[in-house]
Amino acid sequence: MRLNDCDPGFKHQVAAEPGGEGIRVCFGCAACSARCPVGANRPEYDPRRIIRAALLGRREEVLASPLIWLCSSCYTCGEVCPQGVRFTDVLTAIKNIAARAGHAPPSARITAELLAKQGRLLEVTEFENDKRAELGLPPVEQRPHDFQSILGLEPPPEGGEGEGA
Amino acid sequence: MKALLFLGCTVPVRNLNYELSARKVCQALGVELVDDPALACCGYPLKGSDQGHALVIAARALAQAKAHDLPLVALCSACAGTLAEAEHHLAHDPAAAEAVNRELEPLGLKYEPGARVNHLMRFLLSEVGLEAIQAKMSKSLEGFSFAPHYGCHYLKPAEVIGGLDDPENPQSMGQLIAATGARAVSHPRLKDCCGGGVLGADEELAGSLAGAKLAELNELGVTAMVLVCPFCNVMYEGQQKAIAKRLDTKFKVPVVYLTQILGLGLGLSPDEVGLKLNRVKPKELIKAFKE
Repeated sequence: MRLNDCDPGFKHQVAAEPGGEGIRVCFGCAACSARCPVGANRPEYDPRRIIRAALLGRREEVLASPLIWLCSSCYTCGEVCPQGVRFTDVLTAIKNIAARAGHAPPSARITAELLAKQGRLLEVTEFENDKRAELGLPPVEQRPHDFQSILGLEPPPEGGEGEGA
Repeated sequence: MKALLFLGCTVPVRNLNYELSARKVCQALGVELVDDPALACCGYPLKGSDQGHALVIAARALAQAKAHDLPLVALCSACAGTLAEAEHHLAHDPAAAEAVNRELEPLGLKYEPGARVNHLMRFLLSEVGLEAIQAKMSKSLEGFSFAPHYGCHYLKPAEVIGGLDDPENPQSMGQLIAATGARAVSHPRLKDCCGGGVLGADEELAGSLAGAKLAELNELGVTAMVLVCPFCNVMYEGQQKAIAKRLDTKFKVPVVYLTQILGLGLGLSPDEVGLKLNRVKPKELIKAFKE
């Protein structure tokens, strides 16, 4: 590692992102890593190493790493952290920065498009509502308008190429 | 007693047994669930890549709940957690609330602090109470044993959700199971994460998280494992076969929702609590309650 390759401003960028401020108080005890269920199954996923790399300013390495997308968001790390770092939230901050830098997995875009199209993640058609009616459950609706407005996404064209995403 | 029902995206499409049994249990306990078709996604699926918009989507639901002036109850632990976290964040950060309201204004909505968000199970325990629930039980599930799976967002972060349960030593599901007369089984992997959060990113990793618990429960031979979240259900019931195959083993661990066994205890039939829709069925339980 060359210090010249490090970006000392990266930790401040993380800290400025909502949820990222906890990075300032980490003292590297690895309580998070010890209890992480993902790390127990994938030793290369190590919360302390991710925080350490961010503090050292290894910006590109952290943002481009596929490992940052492996958090199961179980919050165990936050419960056992003696410093109140809330690693899940710090990692969410890092992932959000990574997404803006173009490193988000394809599922992120697909999720936003589904919400803009359906107002919900899973499509509700007549088929679903028929099944619900058979059980005496009230129909559910798709009202995507608010989601299009919030996400700034146009509704996909009817029967267009947005189908089957 | 009234509450606004937050169904979320998954339950009303994929987990009708959960929704059906939850509605019936509430009815039996004197809780009126109010539906609002405008309620939809909680924002959780966007949080990892776009937490700003995820927060606005959560605030939209909180604003709708406030307009009803009713407590908001969710069946999905991720919905309940996301909405409770958003309320906690916005209520403590006026600048963030102001920013969110700029986005909500064109929709004719306004976020104001004070929405009461809960998971249905915690709501029933705190508002109806364990003793009152137990007093309404008309059929005993004695002789059956259930392994509660608390999952993560039902318990954590404790600073947002806390009060009812200690995440290191949770009791609430066990108490509700015991209220039916059945035995709540504790076991080493009680607090494991289901892995559902990484299913999209890495199926094998998600499967190894869920598989360890399934193997343990298979060994223990419980009547069923008991869930309160549709994401956990995707892993433990939906993926169960695929996980066993990948681990090159065989297990069959029946999976039920807590509302289904509460419903049986309250005198509802297996059909009324949607047990027909369970994919890994608790056959002995259904047999005992049939007719």
